[in-house]
Amino acid sequence: MQQPPSSEPIVSLRDVQKSFGPLLVLDGVSFAVERGEVLALIGRSGSGKSTALRCIDRFEKVDGGEIVVCGHRVDRPDVDLRALRQDVGIVFQSYNLFPHLTIEQNITLAPCAVKGLAASQAKDLARKVLAQVGLEEKLHAYPEQLSGGQQQRAAIARSLAMQPKVMLFDEVTSALDPELTAEVLKVIEQLAADGMTMVMVTHEMGFAKGIADRIVFMHRGKVHETGPASILTTPTTPELTQFVGTGNLKS
Amino acid sequence: MSLQLDFPAVLERWPHFLAGAALTLELAAFSTVCGAVLGTLAAVGRGAHNSLIAGACKIYVEAIRNTPLLVQIFLVYFGLASLGLKFSAFTVAVAALTINVGAYTAEIMRAGFEAIPRGQIEAAEGLALSRLQIYWHIILLPAIERVYPALTSQFVLLMLASSVCSQISAEELTAVANYIQSDTYRAFETYIIVAVLYIILSLVMRAGFWGLGLVLFPRRRRLGTPL
Ligand SMILES: Nc1ncnc2c1ncn2[C@@H]1O[C@H](COP(=O)(O)OP(=O)(O)OP(=O)(O)O)[C@@H](O)[C@H]1O
Ligand SMILES: [Mg+2]
Repeated sequence: MQQPPSSEPIVSLRDVQKSFGPLLVLDGVSFAVERGEVLALIGRSGSGKSTALRCIDRFEKVDGGEIVVCGHRVDRPDVDLRALRQDVGIVFQSYNLFPHLTIEQNITLAPCAVKGLAASQAKDLARKVLAQVGLEEKLHAYPEQLSGGQQQRAAIARSLAMQPKVMLFDEVTSALDPELTAEVLKVIEQLAADGMTMVMVTHEMGFAKGIADRIVFMHRGKVHETGPASILTTPTTPELTQFVGTGNLKS
Repeated sequence: MSLQLDFPAVLERWPHFLAGAALTLELAAFSTVCGAVLGTLAAVGRGAHNSLIAGACKIYVEAIRNTPLLVQIFLVYFGLASLGLKFSAFTVAVAALTINVGAYTAEIMRAGFEAIPRGQIEAAEGLALSRLQIYWHIILLPAIERVYPALTSQFVLLMLASSVCSQISAEELTAVANYIQSDTYRAFETYIIVAVLYIILSLVMRAGFWGLGLVLFPRRRRLGTPL
């Protein structure tokens, strides 16, 4: 799935700075994600992983540096937010399905409202993406009738229905117990196998090792160490050694 | 001291009572619909980035909530008259009641909007929905659902408060009562009947809102937890 190196990366951050008030959260963060690549953002709590991820979809405005996502200059004030967000799918830890809508309505809403898809086409699409996450039978259920793992898979399906070029995941399994975590991770694995470009913040080190093409280890707002998944087994910095050594490396 | 009640003497005016009750219900229905729309817009306006709009909405809400309804009615009534505009008492009453209940609705809806989890809105933004689409598809119904009991109580209260429209001779229930009692000299009986009629109107409205709730919130019906 890898493209020749000459092609533009799907996501690139260059020297990104971001503060919340006096707190410097991103201190010159740079990394790039090529088409079809899976990048795992890891690091201690508070190291800035979520903030970095949210900057990509412009849920946070950066103070400095450059972010280019699918050709959109995200750091510029005049970025076309709606165009950007059609290219980027984002899934949160807390699912955030719309409680008053059925799973089908959750999925068809944006394709109809944003892309102007006809209702019948959108319904076909809903069926297709739900099959992708193994939830066809929940088409007409309401979110609260689903387990956490099912809700998270439905949220992934909802994002997929917009046919994004890149998917962002922020600790999408942190709220789930191990069994439900496994079913969500399986869906993400399948997406990776299908060639989806992904950036994921995760605490599941075993999973990151298995799926990620590249690891970005963040520490105090900086990219402290980066490389292929093998750096998790042979880290070079003491910080990453300590991080993977303190029980974070679950299988 | 003996209490002598003569209901038949008053009850023979039943067509008038009925007409008055019908007009009260009509007043309430029109101003509830208009007030709900006005109040929702004002609630959205209070959250606007534009501080001029937000400020105007806030002033509207506070001005109305801190003045008596009767004074508001007179302001609309005499205000329109002094502009040389002639409207029926009914129209003036609907306008004044709408302005009044709109302010209370705005406060209630604002609480409903604020109760929507931030994550819901971010998820919608992430799906590229516009601000307006987010209000319409994501925020509005769940917000109404959260404050539905408070909202419906407010509209019932409005119906009861509409009795002060008798002051600008709108022929609603209380106005009818006023002239029946002065005709029959049976004030106590008249107002007992009027009180019972208001109770019935309240029950009719509450039943209506219950039915509307079934239509608006199909999820609650499905899950067996109607409001
Ligand atoms: N909106 C905000 N306002 C103020 N401070 C914030 C905000 N968002 C994040 N922070 C702070 O920025 C720092 C980095 O937060 P971030 O959420 O990016 O960390 P993280 O690496 O994702 O941590 P975790 O693993 O706990 O999710 C933290 O100290 C956090 O308290
Ligand atoms: Mg985080």
